[in-house]
Amino acid sequence: MDAAAALAERVRQAAARAERLRILGQGSKDFYGGAPCGAPLQTAALRGIVAYEPAELVLVARAGTPLVEIEAALAAQGQMLAFEPPRFSGGGTLGGAVAAGLSGPRRAYAGAVRDFVLGAQLIDGRGRLLRFGGRVLKNVAGFDVSRLLVGSLGTLGVLTEVTLKVLPRPAQELTLCYALSQSEALERMHRLAAGPWPLSASAWLDGRLAVRLSGPPAALRAARRELGGEELACAARFWDELRDQRLEFFARAQRLWRVSLPPTAPPLPTEAATIVEWGGALRWVADPAEAADLRAQARRHGGHASLFRAPDKAEGVFAPLPPALAELHRRLKTVFDPAGIFNPGRLYPDF
Amino acid sequence: MSAPILEARRAATAPREVLARLRRALPASALLTAPEELKPYECDGLTLYRQPPLAVALPGDEDQVLAVLRICRATGTPVIARGAGTGLSGGATPRADAVLLVLSRLDRILHLDPQARSARVQPGVRNLAISEAAAPYGLTYAPDPSSQIACSIGGNIAENSGGVHCLKYGLTLHNLLRLRVATIEGEILELGSEALDAPGYDLVALLTGSEGLLGVVTEATLRLIPAAPCARVVLAAFDDLKRAGAAVAAVIAAGFIPAGLELMDRPAIAAVEPYAQAGYPLDAEAILLCELDGTAEALDEELARVEAVLRAAGARDCRVSRSDAERARLWAGRKAAFPAVGRLAPDYYCMDGTIPKKALAAVLGEIRAMEKKYGLACANVFHAGDGNLHPLILFDANRPEQVARAEAFGQEILQRCVAHGGSITGEHGVGIEKLDAMCAQFGADELELFHALKRAFDPYGLLNPGKAIPSLHRCAEFGRLHVHAGRLPHPELPRF
Ligand SMILES: Cc1cc2nc3c(=O)[nH]c(=O)nc-3n(C[C@H](O)[C@H](O)[C@H](O)COP(=O)(O)OP(=O)(O)OC[C@H]3O[C@@H](n4cnc5c(N)ncnc54)[C@H](O)[C@@H]3O)c2cc1C
Repeated sequence: MDAAAALAERVRQAAARAERLRILGQGSKDFYGGAPCGAPLQTAALRGIVAYEPAELVLVARAGTPLVEIEAALAAQGQMLAFEPPRFSGGGTLGGAVAAGLSGPRRAYAGAVRDFVLGAQLIDGRGRLLRFGGRVLKNVAGFDVSRLLVGSLGTLGVLTEVTLKVLPRPAQELTLCYALSQSEALERMHRLAAGPWPLSASAWLDGRLAVRLSGPPAALRAARRELGGEELACAARFWDELRDQRLEFFARAQRLWRVSLPPTAPPLPTEAATIVEWGGALRWVADPAEAADLRAQARRHGGHASLFRAPDKAEGVFAPLPPALAELHRRLKTVFDPAGIFNPGRLYPDF
Repeated sequence: MSAPILEARRAATAPREVLARLRRALPASALLTAPEELKPYECDGLTLYRQPPLAVALPGDEDQVLAVLRICRATGTPVIARGAGTGLSGGATPRADAVLLVLSRLDRILHLDPQARSARVQPGVRNLAISEAAAPYGLTYAPDPSSQIACSIGGNIAENSGGVHCLKYGLTLHNLLRLRVATIEGEILELGSEALDAPGYDLVALLTGSEGLLGVVTEATLRLIPAAPCARVVLAAFDDLKRAGAAVAAVIAAGFIPAGLELMDRPAIAAVEPYAQAGYPLDAEAILLCELDGTAEALDEELARVEAVLRAAGARDCRVSRSDAERARLWAGRKAAFPAVGRLAPDYYCMDGTIPKKALAAVLGEIRAMEKKYGLACANVFHAGDGNLHPLILFDANRPEQVARAEAFGQEILQRCVAHGGSITGEHGVGIEKLDAMCAQFGADELELFHALKRAFDPYGLLNPGKAIPSLHRCAEFGRLHVHAGRLPHPELPRF
């Protein structure tokens, strides 16, 4: 019996007994979402790249494959995961990255995890192995379940295999820095984003804005000439540390809030240490005194705040859903997982 | 487990009563019921199938959309959303017992925010109107289906439409931030947000491409991008299809993501050149149009590299556009492909399947063989960069046996796409056209899950019933029959 069939059998047993399962890759994101509970269901046996053809821009891998293994295979062909999933504690699996739906610094410029998911195989709550999407770049047959699974935190089923669109690595990268206040930095980000520059990341922290540009040498030469600023040495390391949350800021934060906003929203009215990413669309706030207010502020501006990492999560991790949407979520959960066995409480407390 | 059925349901209420209720809820100008008024709505872009609806509702605001849905829900009447009716798979084909909910009067751009680079629009706004409104700010809406002067953004969302530029800039989904969706209950759901994500499940992803089966889009916020300052195109001619296919792979493998990468085969070139005078070589087996965009300075370098790659891959001839006028002329041929092919025969049937790029030459070879088998000609235009085929099968709709052969030809192409690891539709959707092909693409368990998803949104099966997802019963029948090619692929129309 192959590994996926064995897992499906295990799921069927659990479903029959209404036994709760906690889907586990490397556990690098155990801190994220509601506290994991239930019997561990390991995906480690689902390992390996199934197919990778650089000229197709398509990679298929089993869900338990370590991200580092996938990224190494891509790098060897001059390609990359353009959504730059975070590798917390240096680890993480493909399935975990897709289930968590977190994207890194390139997100605002290249797209999110879900934009690069082309297909997925899933064990649903009845223990059926289902296949959605495909191995081609365009496919609109059937409902787009593969992308619905992105960010569902394992509450809809066990991912066993994922197909991704991959992209060539840019020929060159260049990071420019500017000393600016947060509101000046936001304004600069908007101005740059409206121009012809091949932006691939932006971050403001400690009174400095860093902007990464990626592309052919001539485009970067022009940017270097026109945009001023100071070139950051060791830039690759900086962006990796931001992506994987290894910067000092993250180490110091006890209660880390992730605030997702329309990019043009003004700086949040907080004294707390803040990092701005994604051209203004993502704000990390460390230990705000006024946490309840942060959620209200985010909502007022058309965004939402989640309690990304904290020793206790009394405020709830994710912003509550309006009643009609919450009801629809429960119905969707029932479609995939009628016995409610997968990752209970990980996304919202009631399912 | 009970078999989920999305097929027709008998209206619970007499049509007369349904119409009376609609009359009370809508202004007189927003309801069409006379046969001559219904006629223009009896089909969408898949003109082979025609059926006037019970009534056409043309709401002028969101409240009227909700009112129509509530009436349909209360009376058990099927309701079919329609944008501009350019869909090619019959997604908006009416049924005799259904209300056609036409969104073309909801055609306002509500807000365009140049700084946030987004546009909030009603569903009936034409695709091109958005880019036109954004142009003064140096912005554009990237997804550009060839039908962009006519098709609506609501239809684009329902089909997850693509265009020539989607290899680099993404499909509709990749350029969507937020949706307002009316449910069959007549309630509004807000999905996504003007930030880059939203809490909970990614329902924007689920709704996009759902062909009007889950809800009716009443408003959308779209992402705009800066228009590229400069774009240039290379025309490469090939003496053989294999080389052209390999050149596509070589360009991508060399690290380019062209803004457009289109292929046309010899019959398509022969159709287009006399019509559009684009300057295509008539003796080539295939041409590639490869467009790069960016800053002028960077483009010079890049074009030289791409040209070298194309030549190394066996291009006989390469021509790089030196002016915008020349670029426009080179594209004019590709853009005129449909009307040009339309001159060769009374009718053409536009198929839409995807394949891995490496299968390109093989599939085109198989299509050549099918031309003989079915006795019909086929010209191929192809979004080569993302493996999306558009074979145009020439036939005469006034000759029923030709219609049958054209459809069988089309269905066999789709079977080949699946066999090569591709999909039965890249961008035109399933509608009614590809219900049987869906049985080849998915197994019973997946189809059953699709039906369950549909029920989670629409427990009564009233939103565009019978489209996009075949019943398990239908697939069982198809499985028994489909082995023999040449069979008429639409043994049963949706049951009117
Ligand atoms: C000449 C020609 C060229 C084309 N080129 C392309 C191309 O390059 N790329 C491409 O992707 N497509 C192309 N198409 C297909 C078609 O234009 C697209 O599918 C388009 O998105 C349909 O938009 P529409 O407004 O006409 O939708 P309609 O045909 O009216 O409807 C299509 C589907 O959307 C549903 N729908 C419509 N509005 C809503 C709404 N507000 N809420 C919920 N559901 C809704 C309908 O029920 C139906 O299922 C082409 C068509 C033609 C005729």
